[in-house]
Amino acid sequence: MTRRILVFGVFVLAFHLALAQKAEIMKLDKLQSEMAKPSDQVLIYNFWATWCAPCVKELPLFEKLNQDDKTVKITLVSMDIDLDPSPEKVYKFIDRKKIQSRVVILDAVDPNSWINKIDKNWSGALPATLIINTKTGVRRFVNAAMKEGDLEKLIGEVKL
Amino acid sequence: MKTVNLLFALSLALLVAASPVKNGYEVGDTATDFMLKNVNGKMVSLADYKEAKGFIIIFDCNTCPYSKAYNDRILALNRKYAKDFPLLAINANSSEESSGDSFEDMVKYAKKKGYDFPYLIDETQQIAKAYGATNTPHVFVLTKLQNTLKVAYIGAIDDNARNASSVTKRYVEDAVDALLSGKPVATSKTKAIGCGIKWRDA
Repeated sequence: MTRRILVFGVFVLAFHLALAQKAEIMKLDKLQSEMAKPSDQVLIYNFWATWCAPCVKELPLFEKLNQDDKTVKITLVSMDIDLDPSPEKVYKFIDRKKIQSRVVILDAVDPNSWINKIDKNWSGALPATLIINTKTGVRRFVNAAMKEGDLEKLIGEVKL
Repeated sequence: MKTVNLLFALSLALLVAASPVKNGYEVGDTATDFMLKNVNGKMVSLADYKEAKGFIIIFDCNTCPYSKAYNDRILALNRKYAKDFPLLAINANSSEESSGDSFEDMVKYAKKKGYDFPYLIDETQQIAKAYGATNTPHVFVLTKLQNTLKVAYIGAIDDNARNASSVTKRYVEDAVDALLSGKPVATSKTKAIGCGIKWRDA
């Protein structure tokens, strides 16, 4: 009986681990080196925060793409801890919304020192999306919320 | 024919690339005055301030968590510089796109927070567009040169939104202090994470 409970417990735990992702808290240099690393996939970085209404509204577009298109790699970069040091809000959001795309929580002080390094056209406002073809170096940056079809169009442009 | 088409496409591309896209002000530009409605119902314009040496213009709103985080700091900035560099806050958010940012909401918010500076509504969003404001809060420090207003600083209030006591660089204070003592502004343009201005649907 005890064994059965144990097996069941392990199963439940494994199931949980598979479903619930824990977003990594990432430093800027790691994010930057990841963006520069050659990849067969088109890299998409969406800068967002749980408090940002237009960000939350556009998330389903990224989630759908994450599901449908394996030629792209989506990373949702949460900027939440720029304002609130606790990542709990982000973890809860991921659980509640059942976010499947990869989420990282950017931990970087003094935004003025690095916003231009992500993209010089970024005002710092959220949402912002960066699309990179690491092999050709072609990038697209959009400092606004995506509408239906926008992502596909931009991906097409960087794949050319 | 193909070559002609290609040439045409190329020249078009060059034309597009060459035409400058003007996205608001850069430091050194001449800023426009405005006439906007204050939360007390009166119209306010920079020309009303005959004695001012310049202005601290802040594009702000009621709803953005960054605006909230900076509320006390904005009040303090005005208290510190009201005489020479009065502070004026402008809300350009479309209330259709951002509930809680209507004029009525601004009136309530200013009262609740005890704003002792004008809190103006930019209903057409033309002033925010002319200045090139993108975020809230987004600061433009203007300085009077003869009879024109020159943009002396564009950007964030300081380098730490999260915690006022952890601030190491006070961008706006440093800019205004420099202007007051006739020195050049060392850091005249900064960026910060923030809420985007909620533009009306075009």
